[in-house]
Amino acid sequence: MKTQEEQMVWVQAVSYEDLALNTGKTIRYQGEEVALFKLKSGKLHAIQNRCPHKEGVLAEGIVCDDHVFCPMHDRKIHLPSGLVQAPDTGCVQTYSTKVHEGTVFIGFPINKELAC
Amino acid sequence: MTQKEKLVLVGNGMAGVNAVEHLLKLAPDKYEVTIFGSEPHPNYNRILLSYVLAGDSKVEDIVIHPYEWYANNHIILHTNQTVTDIDTAAQTVTSDKGLTVSYDKLILATGSNPFMIPLPGADKEGVMAYRTIRDCEIMIESAKKYKKAIVIGGGLLGLEAARGFLNLGMKVDVVHILDTIMERQLDRTASKLLQAALEEQGINFLLEKQSAEIVGDKRVTGLKFKDGTVAEADLIVMAVGIRPNVELAKKSGVECNPGIIVNDYLQTSVPNVYAVGECAMHRGIAYGLVAPLYEQGAVLAKHLAGVETAPYEGSILYTKLKVSGVDVFSGGQFGDEEGSKAIRIHDEFTGVYKKVVVKDNKIIGAVLFGDTADGTRLMQMIREETDITGLEKTAILTDSSGGGAASGVAEMKDDAIICGCNGVTKGTICSAIKEQGLTTVDEVKNCTTASRSCGGCKPLVSDLLAFTLGASYDKNAAKETICACTDHTRDEVVTAIREKGLSHVREVMNVLGWKNEEGCSKCRPALNYYLGMVSPETYKDDSTSRFVNERMHANIQKDGTYSVVPRIYGGVTNPTELKRIAEVAEKFNVPTVKFTGGQRLDLLGVKKEDLTAMWEALDMPSGYAYGKALRTVKTCVGETFCRFGTGDAMGVGIELEKRFERLNTPAKVKLAVSGCPRNCAESGIKDLGVVSVDGGWELYAGGNGGVKVRVGDLLTTVKTEQEIIEYTEAYLQYYRESGKYGERTSEWVHRLGIEHIREVVENEEERKQLCARMDQALSVTKDPWKQAIDSKKIQRDLYEVVELN
Ligand SMILES: Cc1cc2nc3c(=O)[nH]c(=O)nc-3n(C[C@H](O)[C@H](O)[C@H](O)COP(=O)(O)OP(=O)(O)OC[C@H]3O[C@@H](n4cnc5c(N)ncnc54)[C@H](O)[C@@H]3O)c2cc1C
Ligand code: SF4
Ligand code: SF4
Ligand code: FES
Repeated sequence: MKTQEEQMVWVQAVSYEDLALNTGKTIRYQGEEVALFKLKSGKLHAIQNRCPHKEGVLAEGIVCDDHVFCPMHDRKIHLPSGLVQAPDTGCVQTYSTKVHEGTVFIGFPINKELAC
Repeated sequence: MTQKEKLVLVGNGMAGVNAVEHLLKLAPDKYEVTIFGSEPHPNYNRILLSYVLAGDSKVEDIVIHPYEWYANNHIILHTNQTVTDIDTAAQTVTSDKGLTVSYDKLILATGSNPFMIPLPGADKEGVMAYRTIRDCEIMIESAKKYKKAIVIGGGLLGLEAARGFLNLGMKVDVVHILDTIMERQLDRTASKLLQAALEEQGINFLLEKQSAEIVGDKRVTGLKFKDGTVAEADLIVMAVGIRPNVELAKKSGVECNPGIIVNDYLQTSVPNVYAVGECAMHRGIAYGLVAPLYEQGAVLAKHLAGVETAPYEGSILYTKLKVSGVDVFSGGQFGDEEGSKAIRIHDEFTGVYKKVVVKDNKIIGAVLFGDTADGTRLMQMIREETDITGLEKTAILTDSSGGGAASGVAEMKDDAIICGCNGVTKGTICSAIKEQGLTTVDEVKNCTTASRSCGGCKPLVSDLLAFTLGASYDKNAAKETICACTDHTRDEVVTAIREKGLSHVREVMNVLGWKNEEGCSKCRPALNYYLGMVSPETYKDDSTSRFVNERMHANIQKDGTYSVVPRIYGGVTNPTELKRIAEVAEKFNVPTVKFTGGQRLDLLGVKKEDLTAMWEALDMPSGYAYGKALRTVKTCVGETFCRFGTGDAMGVGIELEKRFERLNTPAKVKLAVSGCPRNCAESGIKDLGVVSVDGGWELYAGGNGGVKVRVGDLLTTVKTEQEIIEYTEAYLQYYRESGKYGERTSEWVHRLGIEHIREVVENEEERKQLCARMDQALSVTKDPWKQAIDSKKIQRDLYEVVELN
């Protein structure tokens, strides 16, 4: 059994310094779109860039604490877990992130089944 | 400890469970409770099914007691299990699953069954009743496949079902045997008003129609009437009445006629067996509404708890139709009967109709249409048999706020039921207000469930707040806080920003004690707007508190692409501009080019990463065609070309658009200028519409062509084009300063009243000041497209898409 770490490819994405606070950045990787957020606290969160409701692009949502509000119909999504908090349920895929020498890396699962 | 007595409840519905809930509060340790319910759900609020059907609520939202409640109260619950036998001698009940349970006390609360007219063909697929969650689900499912519904029955239930079908996208006919609908609750006038309002919403009525046969093969295809005509339908809902569900009781030897006969303590003919709710018949009446059932439940609970209680002596009924956009209330005896007199108000302008029936100087009934605020207060007067001798007759109807109401609640007994739907008493509400420091109707709703259902008691809850909190209670404050993150209203927040000199979104939230540290998608944009409005020259806009369109300065589409609308002042363009737009559209492979409703060109389907390059190529200003800002000024050709025109519509339109093009406003603003009263630019339904008339210009305020169409009110008439600008400045600035974020001018004008706004803008001193502040606001605006083109940082932060490989 491989560890979770080994089932992931870490892809170099953007400069940590250059990320604007509370503003989603759209990242595309092999057909997947990821929304990357740097919060006020400096924490990073990467989630699938499509809302489970009607595919709103989450990178463009308003960020409050560790939530993003979908710009389409205002679903409230918890960034660390990808869970939809209101008005109904569901979840979006989350991705691991790490910063190495000032650069943000995003971990993409090799096995796509690693759902949220 | 003594052995607990065994209490069995048959029927997990609204009445029975409510009685048990009361009982548990009064005597938590007296009984071991077992509940049987045929439906596979925990106890839910049947009343709210209409909201589920209309799409305003979900099934989860209408659960009154989730499974945990049963568990926490040690209640054994058997859902999906029907009691089929009662052995009244051995004191046991037996279910269809073969379970036998013995009881010391038994409550029957089996509700009623919808009455199905035995028409030929009534057994076809697609013919149903409307009573349970299951029915509701079937209706919602059917609407996905089928397009035309018929509801038989023009009563409360039928009308709510019909409204639900409309929301589900179906066409619907309501068939009724009489020529007036809701005849048991409304008099003729109110009924006709209601019919017209519902017809406007899209319901079709087939009145004075007797159904004869349901046609179709396996599934229904139509309904045939006695007069030979046929109406098409792929779904038929019968909502023609209910019959007490007494099958079980009857078969077990409990006396029924036609409901289970109970005395004033809800005892049936068999010892230790009680009945409550729609299945029960008290003094010849079986009630079909929740409020009386809860009153019965309260008496039953006290009786079972061994607490002294006054007998149940019957209820006075009232109803409220739960269809959005139509306010109907009816209570008591509203018909004209001998010896009674009525006070009527019928305002055909606003569509408000009110009637109060008086007998022996006491109000015995009321019908309200269009404005139901008086309902609960009148009900109170009916219940308490208030003597109205000496009261001003019309004041009985119009006074809903003054001392009358508050003193009304003051005189009520502590166990008087305020919220009939959820059975919440005055005592419960008042102690919750005191003990938990509640200050708003919403908080009371969350804490006590009062007004959680039909909302008819909101005014009374508000009165109770006023009564309990005294002068510190501000009715309007209670109504609207900015969002759930705060208890503050818009006005309080704006005042605090001004007085405390607050300058950041975060600071406002800190100082005013926001419950969520960083707010939510409702308050953040609102605060950003208010801060910018108060200090236009110093406030630094917070783009992370703006909705996507205003942050990106392009309109996001459902597939995540954007649309770009270059400014075309007054809708007037030229070949060079058109050519440039065409070339840019070609260069960036814009899939669709469309004229907008505001006479602009919309380039649809643009990728986010192309936006800034495209704006650069366009070299035209904008960025405000999507925001809470001035969007467009629509014009007709006016005197320049039109043979009727008396004013320079294009010229004035262009000037207005150039003046206000970058102005932030509480909600989007659209203007129009027409060259004569023929109004080809649709000036009557714009936030501000300008119309050229003989010798001057008329300005219309608060018009709207959106979801709720509203015709603008005449604000003022001016002579010169210069005055148009001046009055528009004052009007828009006043809107900016007093409007709630998100409030369109149509709502704002309605809220403040056109007379008041007219007074403000026509007062020269005030106008000058407003214009000066408008100048200030406009002096600092910039074209966001240009800013983005010039700034690598903006491009990187907002428009870049990083491709990895
Ligand atoms: C769509 C709709 C809208 C309504 N709107 C309003 C409104 O706006 N205002 C208002 O006041 N009223 C309204 N009503 C009426 C209100 O819902 C009823 O008066 C109320 O629910 C009756 O309560 P009850 O407990 O007597 O019966 P119910 O709530 O029907 O409960 C009876 C329960 O007993 C179960 N049962 C029956 N027999 C057995 C058995 N042998 N064993 C086990 N379980 C059994 C049934 O399955 C049912 O769940 C509405 C009703 C409907 C259907
Ligand atoms: S509003 Fe009057 S001036 Fe303008 S186009 Fe129509 S008819 Fe002509
Ligand atoms: S009218 Fe409705 S559908 Fe049409 S553009 Fe406006 S919001 Fe969209
Ligand atoms: S698409 Fe996200 S809330 Fe609807």
